[in-house]
Amino acid sequence: MSAVIENHHDDHHHGPAKGLQRWLYTTNHKDIGTLYLWFSFAMFLIGGAMAMVIRAELFQPGMQIVEPEFYNQMITLHGLIMIFGGVMPAFVGLANWLVPMMIGAPDMALPRMNNLSFWILPFAFFILLSSLFMEGGAPNFGWTFYAPLSTTYAPPSVTFFIFSVHIMGASSIMGSINVVVTIMNMRAPGVGLMKMPLFVWSWLITAYLLIAVMPVLAGAVTMMLMDIHFGTSFFNAAGGGDPVLFQHIFWFFGHPEVYIMILPAFGIVSHIIETFSRKQLFGYSSMVWAMLSIAILSFVVWAHHMFTVGMPLAAELFFMWATMLIAVPTGVKVFNWIATMFRGSITFETPMLFACAFVVLFTIGGFSGLMLAIVPADFQYHDTYFVVAHFHYVLVPGAIFSIMAAVYYWIPKWCGNMYDERLGKLHFWLSFIGVNVTFFPQHFIGLAGMPRRYPDYALQFADWNMVSTVGAFLFGVSQLLFLFIVVKTVMGGKKATDQVWEGARGLEWTVASPAPYHTFTTPPKVD
Amino acid sequence: MMIDFFRNHSHKLFLATILFTNQLKADWFALNMTRGITNISNEVFELHMLIFWICVAIGVVVFSVMFYSMYAHTKKKNPVAATFHENTKVEIAWTIIPFLILIAMAVPASKTLVKIYDDEAGDVNIQVTGYQWKWQYRYLEDDISFFANLSTDLDEIYNLVPKGENYLQEVDEMVVLPAGKKIRFLITANDVIHSWWMPAFAIKQDAIPGFVNTAWTKVDTPGIYRGKCTELCGKNHGFMPIVVKVVEQDEYDAWVTEKKEAAMKMAELTTKEWTTEELVQRGEGVYAVNCVACHQTNGEGISGIFPALAGSDISLNNKERHIEILMEGVQGAAMNSFDYLSEVELASVITYTRQAWGNAEDGDGEIVVPKDIVEYKKPKI
Repeated sequence: MSAVIENHHDDHHHGPAKGLQRWLYTTNHKDIGTLYLWFSFAMFLIGGAMAMVIRAELFQPGMQIVEPEFYNQMITLHGLIMIFGGVMPAFVGLANWLVPMMIGAPDMALPRMNNLSFWILPFAFFILLSSLFMEGGAPNFGWTFYAPLSTTYAPPSVTFFIFSVHIMGASSIMGSINVVVTIMNMRAPGVGLMKMPLFVWSWLITAYLLIAVMPVLAGAVTMMLMDIHFGTSFFNAAGGGDPVLFQHIFWFFGHPEVYIMILPAFGIVSHIIETFSRKQLFGYSSMVWAMLSIAILSFVVWAHHMFTVGMPLAAELFFMWATMLIAVPTGVKVFNWIATMFRGSITFETPMLFACAFVVLFTIGGFSGLMLAIVPADFQYHDTYFVVAHFHYVLVPGAIFSIMAAVYYWIPKWCGNMYDERLGKLHFWLSFIGVNVTFFPQHFIGLAGMPRRYPDYALQFADWNMVSTVGAFLFGVSQLLFLFIVVKTVMGGKKATDQVWEGARGLEWTVASPAPYHTFTTPPKVD
Repeated sequence: MMIDFFRNHSHKLFLATILFTNQLKADWFALNMTRGITNISNEVFELHMLIFWICVAIGVVVFSVMFYSMYAHTKKKNPVAATFHENTKVEIAWTIIPFLILIAMAVPASKTLVKIYDDEAGDVNIQVTGYQWKWQYRYLEDDISFFANLSTDLDEIYNLVPKGENYLQEVDEMVVLPAGKKIRFLITANDVIHSWWMPAFAIKQDAIPGFVNTAWTKVDTPGIYRGKCTELCGKNHGFMPIVVKVVEQDEYDAWVTEKKEAAMKMAELTTKEWTTEELVQRGEGVYAVNCVACHQTNGEGISGIFPALAGSDISLNNKERHIEILMEGVQGAAMNSFDYLSEVELASVITYTRQAWGNAEDGDGEIVVPKDIVEYKKPKI
C-alpha cells in the first residue's frame, strides 16, 4: 500500500524497494498481505461479474442473455473464483498482515516461500480464466466437478483447470505451512498458546485443515487427469471404478474447506465485537475449544453433501448425527459473542455493523444448515435453491462480511488513515439489504422446488427470481463503493491514532499507525 | 409495475413475452416445501416444519437477547461496560441444552429415514435411466420401455411465443403408475450422474452410471405430478423434467395393453421394405429427439466439443463405421451407444444424417435400412 511510511531513513536494508520490483521480490509480510488482499479483491469483482451474468439470465424465465452451455461455465467459474480466488486469498492476506503483528514476530517464518505462494496464484487464475477462450469453452461442470461429467464428458479445457487447481493447492499449502511455522516458533516471549489472539488461533486451526485436505483435492484432480489422459478408470464404472468415489474424495476435502472459509471469520468477529463492546470476550478458552471441535468434526461429516447418492442406512444416520453435532460448538460461539455484547458499552462503527450482521446472518445460515442435515428433509432440499441460499448465507454475510469488517477495522493500522465512516456505513447498509434481498428469496425458490444450476425455470419460480436478481445487482454495485472507500482511505484521510479504536486490545495496536515496514524487530514484552 | 414500461417496447418479441409470463401462474406464495401426496412425503413435510419452527424459536430467543443489548447497552446508555467473563454454569447450560434439542430433532428424523429405507421389491418395478438429457423408463414386469423428452417448444424457451402453463415441466410421454400399489424405482444412468426428483413423493435419488439406486412409493391419489433432474448433467440439465401420471388400476392395465400393442407394430416395421424418403422423414424426428442437443439442427455440432455430422467423412463415405458408432458409442467421448433405440429408429436416423445437409450429394449417399441393423446385431463369428 502506498501509504506505508519509511521509518528507517538511514537504514537502506529495511525499506521497501522502489516500483514494481518492490512487489515482485518482496519478502515482507505486510507487502505480501497487501498483494493477497488486492488480488482477492480483483477476483471478487471478476467472480461477482459472473454472478451478475447468472442473475441477469435468471431475471425472467426463458433463455435471454446466454446459452445454457455458457451459463454452466459461469456457475463453475463463479464458484471456483469466489472460493479459491476471493475468500481464501483474502484470509491469507489478513493472516500475513496480522499474525506476525499479533504475536510480536518481525515477519513470517518463511518469507521467500511467502513470496512464492502468492506469486503463483495469479498464474493459476490466468490459466483458469484463459479457458474461457479455448475451443469448447471453460469448465462447465460446476465447482464441485463431479465425475464423469468432469472427465469423460468434459471440454478439453478441463486439463488446464486441473493444472490451475494444482497451483492453487500448492499456494495454499505453502501459505499454511508458513502460518503454522510462524505461530509455533515466532511468538514473542510471554505469548503462550492460550494467550494468542483468537484470530491467530483461528488461523492456526485453519492452516492445519488446509495442510490436511489440500493434498486430497490434489489427489482427486490427479485421478481425473489419469482418467482423462492415461486410460485409468478411477471414476468410470465401465472400467471397474466408481463415480461416487469421486464425491467421497471431493467432499473429504470439501467439507473441511467450508470451515477453512469460516474459522478465520470467527476470529475476526471475536476481535471486533470485543473492541466495540469495550468488554473482554466472554469465554476465550471455550471459543478456542469450540473452534477445535468444529475443525475435528469437519473431518467426519463429509457425506452429508451426498445423502442422495444411495448410501446405506447406517451411513446416512451416522453422517446426519455427526453433522447435527456441529451445531453445539457453533452455538457456543454465537452465545459467546452475544454474551460479550451483553452489558457492554457498544458503539456501531462500520466494522461492528458488519460483525453484528455476521452474527445474525451466519446464524440463519447455520439454521438452514441444521435443516439440511436432517436426511429425510434433505431429500427435498438437496441440490435446490434452498442449498444455494444456505451456503451463500454462510459465505457472503458470513465469510465475506467478516473480510470487509476486517478491512474497515484494520485499515487505519495498515495505511495510517481513517476510512470515511459515513461512506462505510452506507456501504454496510447497501450490502446488508442487497445480500438479504438476493439470498432470502432463494430459500422460497428452493423449497418451492427449483433445482440449482438451472439456466431456465418453470413459471411458478418467476417472481422471487426477479426479486433475487434485483438484490444481486444492488449488492454487486455496492461493492464498487467499497472499492472507492478503500482507495480513498489509502490515498488519504483523517490520520489514525496508534490505538485507533478505544476498546481495541492486542499487540498490533501498540505499533505506530501506519504500521512501520518492519515491526517487532526486537520482541515486545508481554505479561 | 414493469409491465407498463415493457408494453411501450413490445416490438421486441422477447420483452413482450414478459407480459405473458407475468399473467401466467405468477406465484408470490410459492414459499414452502410441498406436502406431497404420499405418507412419506407428508412425514417429511411435518419433519421439515418441526425443525423449521424449532430453529425459529431458537432464533427468536437468541436474537432478542442480542437486539436487546444492541439497544440497551450502547455506549450512550451504558458508558461503562461490565467486566464479567467466563461462567462455567452458563457455559455448561448452553452446551447441554442445544444438545438435548438436537436429540429431539434426531429421533423423529431417524424414524422417518428408517421407513424410507424399507425398499423391498414393489408390485411394479420400474427401471429409470438418466440420459443426456432425457429419462428412459423400463417396466420390468411388462417389458415396456420408452423415453420421456421435454416437450416444451424451443420457441417458448427463446421467448418467441408465449410460455405455456407447464413450461419446462412437460414431457412427450408420461410415466404411468397404478394407484395404491407399491412402486419400486431402480434408478441408474447411461452417461453422467443425474438425479431423479419427484417432490410429491419426496423421492430424490441420484442416477449413477454403472450403479443402481432404489426408491419406492405408494400413491393413493390419481393425478399428474411433476419433478426435475437435480444433478448437474451438462448443458440441458434444466431441460429434462419428469412427469408422472397416477391412474386407477383398470386404466393402468389398459395402458399396459396399448403399449404392448404399439411395441408389436414397431417390430413389424423392421421387416418392411423402406424407401429413402420414408427413412429420412422418420429419421428427422428421431434426430430431433436424440441428436440435436449436441450435433445441432444444422448438423454442425459445437466446435471443440461435439463434432459436426454435416460433411464428416463417416457420414459421407463410411456406412459401416456410421452404424458402429451409433451401436457402440465412442470411447472416451460424450458420444454414447444408442443401441437402445429400435432398429427402425437407428436405420432412419443414420439414413437421415447421410442424406441431410448436402451429405447425399457430397458422399456415397448410401442409406441404411432396419435389416442392416438387425444384421449388425447378429453375433459375429
